[in-house]
Amino acid sequence: MKSEKPFSDDAVQIEQNCGGLSRRAILLTVGGVAALAAAPTAQSISERPPTASTGRVRLVVNGKPHELDLDPRRSLLDVLRETLDLTGTKKGCNQGACGACTVLLNDRRVVSCLTLAAMHDGAQIRTIEGLEANGELHPLQTAFVEHDGLQCGFCTPGQIMSGIGCIAEGHAGTPDEIRFWMSGNICRCGAYPGIVAAVADAAKRA
Amino acid sequence: MLPFTIEKATSIQGAIAAASSGRRFIAGGTTLIDLMREEVERPEHLVDINTLPLSDIRIEGSDLVIGALARMADVAAHPDVQRLHPLVAESLIEGASPQLRNMASIGGNLLQRARCPYFRMLDASCNKRSPGSGCAAINGLNAGHAIFGTSNHCVATHPSDIAVVLVALEATMQVRGPRGERSFPVEELFRLPGDTPHLEHTLLPGELILTVRVPGSPYSRRARYLKVRDRASYEFALVSAAAALDVGGGVIRQARLAVGGVGTRPWRLGAVEKALIGKTPDRKVFETAARLAIEGARPLSGNHYKLELLPRTIVRALEMTGEAA
Ligand SMILES: Cc1cc2nc3c(=O)[nH]c(=O)nc-3n(C[C@H](O)[C@H](O)[C@H](O)COP(=O)(O)OP(=O)(O)OC[C@H]3O[C@@H](n4cnc5c(N)ncnc54)[C@H](O)[C@@H]3O)c2cc1C
Ligand code: SF4
Ligand code: FES
Ligand code: FES
Repeated sequence: MKSEKPFSDDAVQIEQNCGGLSRRAILLTVGGVAALAAAPTAQSISERPPTASTGRVRLVVNGKPHELDLDPRRSLLDVLRETLDLTGTKKGCNQGACGACTVLLNDRRVVSCLTLAAMHDGAQIRTIEGLEANGELHPLQTAFVEHDGLQCGFCTPGQIMSGIGCIAEGHAGTPDEIRFWMSGNICRCGAYPGIVAAVADAAKRA
Repeated sequence: MLPFTIEKATSIQGAIAAASSGRRFIAGGTTLIDLMREEVERPEHLVDINTLPLSDIRIEGSDLVIGALARMADVAAHPDVQRLHPLVAESLIEGASPQLRNMASIGGNLLQRARCPYFRMLDASCNKRSPGSGCAAINGLNAGHAIFGTSNHCVATHPSDIAVVLVALEATMQVRGPRGERSFPVEELFRLPGDTPHLEHTLLPGELILTVRVPGSPYSRRARYLKVRDRASYEFALVSAAAALDVGGGVIRQARLAVGGVGTRPWRLGAVEKALIGKTPDRKVFETAARLAIEGARPLSGNHYKLELLPRTIVRALEMTGEAA
């Protein structure tokens, strides 16, 4: 479950300068001989016995109650995707850096990759699958369609869940404000103009 | 992620007792879970402190008291914080993302760990992660690293924004441990790396942060936080500055200045503060004073630019204190 995606501009630049070597390879090359000295540490990761105790966790997801026996290591994101088969919520970085995994947890937008499901017994969770009502898309979903708020669509569920939070918090007054308060959601396709327009439009209609 | 157990704390005393016997507190989890997944952090037992009554934000006299479990977003949006300590709100909003600010606690923020890329990489040498293994950053990619407070063993910056503000405003923190309660300046929480960079703070085993107290001061409202970074938002600081001025009769009576992104801990600049006192708050005065900021700096191969960027950031932050946030 390790991810080596670069998330800062300098990393992107480094990749370009170095003919497509990964950020990790470059960090290690520049870090040099010293890097190898640490190898034994990496191998000495203790072989801990697997967790015997699983915990009972109740989650209400999109209005539906679930009672689950969970290994405490599992993130809310993994439980949504792998246990509940709600794969609309995406795993981008798994490090809190991209926003693809954004859901509403007790009505607040959070990144589901950086929280343990076991810590949310009794919580209400809303995902992209829970937005449609009576066969109608949520107004923000409609606005994303109308304003071309996506290209490949991978970031879109996170953008929409985050947009709902942004509007509810009252941070969708101007395009500048939307850009700032939506900056926790990265779009590799650069669909930002459409995303901002969609959030602005839905905020006006809300 | 290595296996671990987790239990919910039911009382402050219970949480402290659990931590004293080797369990680790978890609050928002945004630092801890991330590093546990990378196996940089390997606690075997966690105690979830989120149910403890430590998320209050209140005004006591002229002090602002923030519970350790108050979320960054809630502190930043609190009307009393915005009115009395806009600098606190500004620095919080400049940190992380809206989602993370909904999750992350103030106590956890102060104890967040280095963002040095080698720290996260198990196959790189890093004294902070594996004491004695060396420091890959000193001869590696170190553009983001520190110029103050470094040692030959570690050069990582302290990444928190709010910590810079709390140091500038001389905030204190209240903690409780197995041997009772104590209170000390936030500045004293952070250790210099020296030859023990794996020891980052001065909390004793089992100590729980209860609150952070920001004293009311004549500076509070003429105060700004400026964060310079590789993109406009959602990025750690290359250089940041928390500046506060008390101006009366056209002269600076007192000044407070701390900077981030340059020190192995939040870095207070007493010499610059002194050089401002008694002067008129104008650009020339700011520029002269800001030149003193880089005294004693030890730049690395990749971060000489900070010697130029730091004084400029300070000048701009001082100018901004005359403007509304
Ligand atoms: C992508 C990303 C970007 C970020 N950008 C920024 C940024 O720009 N600026 C910034 O300042 N921060 C930034 N952060 C860091 C973020 O603010 C911290 O991760 C967060 O504040 C930690 O708080 P938490 O409650 O989640 O801590 P946890 O992860 O729960 O805990 C962190 C540490 O604190 C200890 N702890 C927690 N509470 C207490 C307590 N009450 N008493 C004693 N010990 C305690 C835990 O044992 C643990 O060691 C970023 C994080 C991410 C993932
Ligand atoms: S700077 Fe500190 S954290 Fe980074 S590699 Fe060196 S010892 Fe590790
Ligand atoms: S998957 Fe990127 S923030 Fe969670
Ligand atoms: S639409 Fe492709 S990542 Fe945003």
